[in-house]
Amino acid sequence: MRRFFWQCLLCPSFDAPAMPRYGRRHDGSIRPCCPVGRPVAPRVNAVLDFIAALGRAALNLVRTAGALTLFGLTALSHLVRPPFYWRIFFGALIEIGFFSLPVVALTALFSGGVIALQSYTGFAQYHAQGAIAGIVVLAVTRELGPVMAGLMVAGRVGAAMAAEIGTMRVTDQIDALTTLSTNPMKYLVTPRLLAGTIALPCLVLVADMLGVMGGFIVSVVKLDFSAPAYIAATFAAVKTIDVTVGLAKAAVFGFLITLMGCYHGYTSRGGAQGVGSATTAAVVAASILLLASDYLLTDVFFSQ
Amino acid sequence: MTQSTPKIRIRGLCKAFGPKVVLDGIDLDVMPGTSMVIIGGSGSGKSVLLRCILGLIPADAGTIEIDGVNVLTLPPRRREEVIETIGMLFQNGALFDSLSVWENVAFGLLAAGRRHGRRPSRAEARATAGRVLEQVGLDPSVGALSPAELSGGMQKRVGLARAIAGQPDILFFDEPTTGLDPIMGAVIDGLIVDCVRKLGSTAIAITHDMASAQRIGDQAAMLYKGKLIWQGPAASLLNSGNPMVDQFTHGRREGPISMELRR
Repeated sequence: MRRFFWQCLLCPSFDAPAMPRYGRRHDGSIRPCCPVGRPVAPRVNAVLDFIAALGRAALNLVRTAGALTLFGLTALSHLVRPPFYWRIFFGALIEIGFFSLPVVALTALFSGGVIALQSYTGFAQYHAQGAIAGIVVLAVTRELGPVMAGLMVAGRVGAAMAAEIGTMRVTDQIDALTTLSTNPMKYLVTPRLLAGTIALPCLVLVADMLGVMGGFIVSVVKLDFSAPAYIAATFAAVKTIDVTVGLAKAAVFGFLITLMGCYHGYTSRGGAQGVGSATTAAVVAASILLLASDYLLTDVFFSQ
Repeated sequence: MTQSTPKIRIRGLCKAFGPKVVLDGIDLDVMPGTSMVIIGGSGSGKSVLLRCILGLIPADAGTIEIDGVNVLTLPPRRREEVIETIGMLFQNGALFDSLSVWENVAFGLLAAGRRHGRRPSRAEARATAGRVLEQVGLDPSVGALSPAELSGGMQKRVGLARAIAGQPDILFFDEPTTGLDPIMGAVIDGLIVDCVRKLGSTAIAITHDMASAQRIGDQAAMLYKGKLIWQGPAASLLNSGNPMVDQFTHGRREGPISMELRR
């Protein structure tokens, strides 16, 4: 019986995406993965299976990271090579920036309110209620605004992009673009990346204001703060850098969300199911990358 | 260019996906102004052959010459120019569903105009699209509809209109009649023959519909297991003398071709 073993990782015909084919059949026999695979003793197999699984995962990760980087760089390189598809760009800008407004606005409003309520519970014990305005505005502009807006847009726009481009892929529309003298990367990906990078900071600016307003409403209506004092405390606490770094984060998130949506859609395979898993992958990957890059950016800008 | 130079000349074309060899040394000549029909079973590599010529799939080995120039070794920009001279009708139409019908038909015109700096206005492009739609037997008012509102036959016509709108030198048809009723299939075949004749284009069509193959093609070739096992005039498809072609064209279960049900 031919089967997979660790040397397969070094084998020139090794093909990481094809690896899931390796496994046990229902009757317990082993499906071969590679024509040069040779049988190994069962006990050694268990150990090697484990190492192979690790290696497979590692190789896949490296492969995906490389492919993603190349994909992003290629898309960016089209920014400086005309033509640029303004129609697609404005369409994506409206879709991300305008039609995401309601969901982002509501999220920000409630998040700001929750911060005010929660910090009141804690701070009242130390008679430090005066700090609530500062807490709300810093939390919203530095973190909650960009992250909440980013996650909402990832779910709304990232998924839609992956589904749209994925469907175009599996119905040959992307190939059709090529035959109609249009570079699909330039037409589909570059305008969306640019639109995401520009639209998300605009959304976050709105989210910042509404988040602060949520905190203000809760503080004044429910917690009996004086409105002028709350506003004064807010302006005293916030610095320009808090807002600008939040907006810079938003630009990075916007780029990552659209990159994930486009990449997973563009590389999807195999009909409806392939498009479905591309959509899931786009949202999951965008959310994780968003939070990871949020940590890194916070570390760079605010850790001193 | 002399008359003896083939429009498309393929030598030793190979393509494998992992261990599965799909094209195994294809040699094919298509003379200018003729229509070549390639028949073969499902999964025999017909679509891959067209996609290799278009550069949608990179070939592993061999040469593909269009007008005597090997397109596989051309730099990307020159290659795009060559591909611009090819129109393709995809199997399922592959119409852009985010655009209206006329925008689909005029897509190539606008894109080519943009590349060459003499882009037609949208009104001009729309008028041209209307004329091309008429050529394939559709009313220009169809142009305002979205592709999803059309029947399968109409989508094929729009796909054909999109393929011929740029007046390409070369036309590819990927299973043009699959999924259509016999009458609509014959209508589409008639349109294809008309368009190819009017434009004077060279055409390659892949199909497994024998009636369609004989209507469209001047020449025919059969692809089996990655190799061209037979070439000859399309008129002799049904009495080619080759046992494999005979089995295929007559749809017999018994014969030299055994269907691979499982790899």
